[in-house]
Amino acid sequence: MSALALAFDLLLVAALLWLAWQALFDAHRFSAVAHFMVFGLVMSLAWVRLDALDIALAEAAIGAGVTGALLLAALGRLPAKAGHAPAWRRAQRPLVWAAVATVVSATLALAWVAWQLPRPGLAGPVAEVLPHSGVDHAVTAVLLNLRAWDTLLEITVMLAAVCLVWSLGPALSPYAPATALPGLPALTRLLHPLFVLVPAYLLWRGSHAPGGAFPAGAVLGAGGVLMVLAGAVHWVHDARRQPLLRLLLAAGVLLFLAVGLAGLGLAGTFLALPDALAGPLILAVEVAAALSIALMLMAFYLYGEPGR
Amino acid sequence: MSALYLLLAAALAGMALVGLFRAADLLRRVLALNVLASAIFLLLVALARTTEGIDPLPHAMVLTGIVVAVSTTAAVLALTVQAQERRRHREEEP
Repeated sequence: MSALALAFDLLLVAALLWLAWQALFDAHRFSAVAHFMVFGLVMSLAWVRLDALDIALAEAAIGAGVTGALLLAALGRLPAKAGHAPAWRRAQRPLVWAAVATVVSATLALAWVAWQLPRPGLAGPVAEVLPHSGVDHAVTAVLLNLRAWDTLLEITVMLAAVCLVWSLGPALSPYAPATALPGLPALTRLLHPLFVLVPAYLLWRGSHAPGGAFPAGAVLGAGGVLMVLAGAVHWVHDARRQPLLRLLLAAGVLLFLAVGLAGLGLAGTFLALPDALAGPLILAVEVAAALSIALMLMAFYLYGEPGR
Repeated sequence: MSALYLLLAAALAGMALVGLFRAADLLRRVLALNVLASAIFLLLVALARTTEGIDPLPHAMVLTGIVVAVSTTAAVLALTVQAQERRRHREEEP
């Protein structure tokens, strides 16, 4: 069995190396993007092998799904000519070799350091405080209670990115595939209830098993991008719905901040959750964060401010 | 087993660095940046497997990192696409 597992790992490593090589150095841009999307999918298998199921779920939905959709949408709008790097001049050759040598030695150093690194780990301390955190799954506990500060800042970074994207100009209309294949938008609409059901399940599961706000938001967001492509979310472009849209986009950050300030009042520390209320509060923050993450992923895909 | 993935992470990081510096095309730089991010995530998660069990802290950091990486990608791609749209408008108008 272990020989089989080793063979699988070796196959996975070889596939990832080849896919990354193709994504980085393929002559055609479309082919590079396609290889990158497959790289994301195979990467989520590697996460499963490393017992990181939360990351596998998020990577499959974000890394392969949403990032791929963003890249393909950008690819369609950029000019077809691929910008090739100019050939090296003779005088540049020593510099190029020096750069290659630096990268190779940095890679070897990284491998050596990673091999040697002591691994103290915080598995023990986290397991000790887990009963007081309000949830039974360690990763969710770290994300929303023990290190909630990181998660709050991360959602804020995402909101800042949405503001940047929207500040650049009006939304670009997506290239809908409706004219080519009329079946696809209909199929998207039929499948959308599944894209709502799966995140609801993941969200509920997050308190005791791999799942939670991030994978849920990612899957919901991927479904949302599909709906944008199918031309089924006209309300996003409606000028009267803009205040609601902005409120929903900011809901995760706002609720998180409110909980943090409540912690400041009740327990004396920002983002400290009282033991008795931790469970319901985490669930509320998770629902708001998942909704906001999903909408922000959709908002990225518009490449500009809607309703303008 | 995690040693294999550590070596993979180092190799991917090296390849992504070469791709990042070599690419003249912005889209390829975004791809290289994403591969580099995946390599670092892999390093963190492979290091999370300790003798006492799985350390949840790097897992949470990587989940946070994936979302930040997609935000960066979206921001850079939006800048590229909007710059291209303006260039096209300028060429069409006069």
